[in-house]
Amino acid sequence: MSTDLSDVATDTTFPPPSLVRARLPRQATLIVGVLALALAVLGGPLLTGASWYSVPFVAGLLLVVLLPLWSLQVEGRRAAVDRLVTLLVTYAVTLALVPLVWVLAYTVIQGLPAINWAFLTKDQTTTLDPVTFKQMPGAGVLHAIVGTLLITLGATIISVPIGLLTAIYLVEYGAKSRMARIITVLVDVMTGIPSIVAGLFAVALFTQFGSVGTRIGFMGSVALSLLMIPTVVRSGEEMMRLVPADLREASYALGVPKWRTILKVVVPTAFGGILTGVMLAVSRVIGETAPLLVAVGTVDYMNTNLFSGRMQTLPVFIVSKYKQGADLLELAWGAALILVILVMVLNLTARIIGKIFAPKTGR
Amino acid sequence: MAKSIDVSDLNIYYGDFLAVEGVNMTVKARSVTAFIGPSGCGKSTFLRSLNRMHEVIPGARVEGKVVVDGQSLYDPSVDPVAVRRQIGMVFQRPNPFPTMSIYDNVLAGKRLNAKKVKKSEADALVEKSLRGANLWSEVKDRLDKPGMGLSGGQQQRLCIARAIAVEPEVLLMDEPCSALDPISTSAIEDLIHELKSDYTIVIVTHNMQQAARVSDDTGFFNLKATGEPGHLVEFNPTKKMFTAPDNDATEAYISGRFG
Amino acid sequence: MNLTTTEPAEVSDTLSGGSQRGDRVFHGLAFAAGASIMVALAGVFIFLAIRGAAGFSAATGLYQPYTSFVPYAAGLLFGTALVAVLAMIIAVPFAVGVALFLTHYAPRPLSTVIAYLIDLLAAVPSVVFGLWGLKALGPALLPIQRWLNEHLGFIPFFAGEVSATGRTVFLAAIVLAIMVLPITTAICREVFGQTPRLHEEAALALGATRWEMIRYAVLPHSRSGIIAGTMLGLGRALGETMAVLLVLNASGPKITWHLLTSDNPATIASNIAQNFQGENIDLQVVLLATGLVLFVFTFLVNFAARWVVIRSERKFQ
Ligand SMILES: Nc1ncnc2c1ncn2[C@@H]1O[C@H](COP(=O)(O)OP(=O)(O)O)[C@@H](O)[C@H]1O
Ligand SMILES: [Mg+2]
Repeated sequence: MSTDLSDVATDTTFPPPSLVRARLPRQATLIVGVLALALAVLGGPLLTGASWYSVPFVAGLLLVVLLPLWSLQVEGRRAAVDRLVTLLVTYAVTLALVPLVWVLAYTVIQGLPAINWAFLTKDQTTTLDPVTFKQMPGAGVLHAIVGTLLITLGATIISVPIGLLTAIYLVEYGAKSRMARIITVLVDVMTGIPSIVAGLFAVALFTQFGSVGTRIGFMGSVALSLLMIPTVVRSGEEMMRLVPADLREASYALGVPKWRTILKVVVPTAFGGILTGVMLAVSRVIGETAPLLVAVGTVDYMNTNLFSGRMQTLPVFIVSKYKQGADLLELAWGAALILVILVMVLNLTARIIGKIFAPKTGR
Repeated sequence: MAKSIDVSDLNIYYGDFLAVEGVNMTVKARSVTAFIGPSGCGKSTFLRSLNRMHEVIPGARVEGKVVVDGQSLYDPSVDPVAVRRQIGMVFQRPNPFPTMSIYDNVLAGKRLNAKKVKKSEADALVEKSLRGANLWSEVKDRLDKPGMGLSGGQQQRLCIARAIAVEPEVLLMDEPCSALDPISTSAIEDLIHELKSDYTIVIVTHNMQQAARVSDDTGFFNLKATGEPGHLVEFNPTKKMFTAPDNDATEAYISGRFG
Repeated sequence: MNLTTTEPAEVSDTLSGGSQRGDRVFHGLAFAAGASIMVALAGVFIFLAIRGAAGFSAATGLYQPYTSFVPYAAGLLFGTALVAVLAMIIAVPFAVGVALFLTHYAPRPLSTVIAYLIDLLAAVPSVVFGLWGLKALGPALLPIQRWLNEHLGFIPFFAGEVSATGRTVFLAAIVLAIMVLPITTAICREVFGQTPRLHEEAALALGATRWEMIRYAVLPHSRSGIIAGTMLGLGRALGETMAVLLVLNASGPKITWHLLTSDNPATIASNIAQNFQGENIDLQVVLLATGLVLFVFTFLVNFAARWVVIRSERKFQ
């Protein structure tokens, strides 16, 4: 694409022959920033009694107006626009990070009070207190933790072999063939499947062959694997392509057949990257709610059999407690905190593993 | 156990592109044969066609015959994998397996084929191969360290050890010294001299002195013109090649007047 | 050469090893895995179609407040598209800004950290976003919604009576925007990073400021990438279920342009999640049919994204 630079070149404010130009002082942004903050505090909470929350917004607004104006006076239009854009871009990043911090902090604050020993070791079965003969509601989410782990494990067991073998086909066998191109497109399409549709598919598939109301944990595994496979294929493909062709040739030259070369040289060399990819894929689906809501349903007791009966999972537990009423919201937040911790631990571990293994593959 | 190789009317293609045309030659057993010629004239391509590594590249194929002691390599009944076990190869860039130790790298040919090797036999094979590659004394105390941790020259000798551990009959080397410093280069040249008593060795080199120093026979490859396929211009004993070549182009190339 | 009569036979024996069988089996396995992806996708379509077929013409009572499938699905599709498009309108400027910051403003270490944090945003489960949007962000945005209604109420979008809970299309769009920000940012970042150094330096050498360099070298080069990122984000937003279900106070399929009231259109996904748990099998069938509509619709959006990318790639060559 040709780049149209004529605007820049013919700009009338193009620097005059002299190399020295008026510039704002180096600390201009800081100076105006402090000034804007002072004005915001003075004009806001101190004088007009506006809320303190308004301070960052007013200060930000003042900065983004004042600095370019000053620059316009001293440096000219082009520099002023440049300063404006720099500020806007910085604002975008700052604002984008707010939700992350806010969500995580809010979840910790709301969820921490709920977490205690019973919460982690009991399920939601109602029990009869032997002394008072009162119905005691269940206190824990163990059944949901176990359900989440089992269903995700099932999904991983389905996705990893299919995903990796597909990646092997794309990289090693099918290279550039028609079939490989079709599969690449289909993997892309699969990436775009809405998660609830994956859940509906599991329902449609199993109710076609089972009874109409069939809901079992394994249906959730099938739905999640539909969401996981494309991620596994992508990362596996990427990592195996990074394995230098030299290594394959070295192996062939030793009289090792292709399939053994793939299994013993290519996959081990790419192992760190593949593991990272799989763990990231798991961390993506472990928090999926919608497919489990429709395909697995919800129960209050522990069910460890993937192939029979409904199972509880953390995300579905969160939704159902929220729906059941305000006094159960604390349980929902507790479960949310556990889920977030689970996801973050997986995510971080995956990246650390990626870092550790990375230098070995790149020669 | 070394073998001779007879090549007749060999055409080598990448898809529709004819890279090397009409090669005829006989590589003698227990000798060193060197290939020289300008870049891109098809030396590597030809070398790789001698152990069926060429067809690893999608779309690559050959026409003609390569006969090793009476057996045609491109016969439909021949398994390329078995060919490569008998005709080993060392590459331009040292390429030890990064996930394996020095010890495992040497044994790779056996291990990757899931051959059960007794510990004592394995130890003996590793030592023999590393000694054969003149590397034993340098690495015997760190056999369990990664092969990638060695210097370039050591890595290349490790690759040679790895290749001879499979006990091939022919050893193909594609510019094995081009990524190495002069000291490592001379170590490898010494090694080639020693290996010659057991193996048939074919080496591609960019370095004319090296060809003159190590080889018994030399083949000169050239392009007729850019875009034309490469071909074998002259194949003669090295002595004759470097003193009284048959062909003017060879003389021009050797005396550095071209290429 | 000393050929004996027995040697060729011997050689032939050793050269025709059985390695090809293993290769054929493994190749077959890899191929089967690839083919299974094809089967799975076809399966999604076929099973949804089989099980949902009856849902296209079910008893009229199931299509509340309408009486047949087409307006019912159209109403849901409207809600889905409205929320998703609004989300993208909010998200894209941020995504472009963040991506520019990462590629052209921030020093390397800072850029790595921020890119990681933005990716982390994608890892937060949608149900957590939903709860947070409902309990934390919603109340916080209430004053803004009121302000918009008061001062800009003459614009149809902001007209009507402001919802007291804040659980409006406006809020849902913002939550969705946050959720799709990472993927759109990632794609923009990739294309911005791929701008030919030559063009950038040509611009700088002409005395362009950083913004002018971006405007004349980076953005034109990245236009198709930004579009592709937007479409992919849109695909995500269209299919997002839980956050919308929790955040949006929906009253079933309907067509309305008011963004701030408590009477909001449901989206296909949230409508399914809302009603699928009940024991009404006939309604489930209708929901399966709407699921098929959603699948086809997101498929088309994703395909359009691909098409844009492929077409512009051709243009570059
Ligand atoms: N993998 C390949 N695919 C297509 N053409 C190739 C490939 N490798 C080499 N060639 C072509 O074959 C010719 C010979 O290359 P090569 O054998 O590498 O030459 P040399 O080793 O003598 O420098 C060159 O024209 C080169 O472009
Ligand atoms: Mg070469």
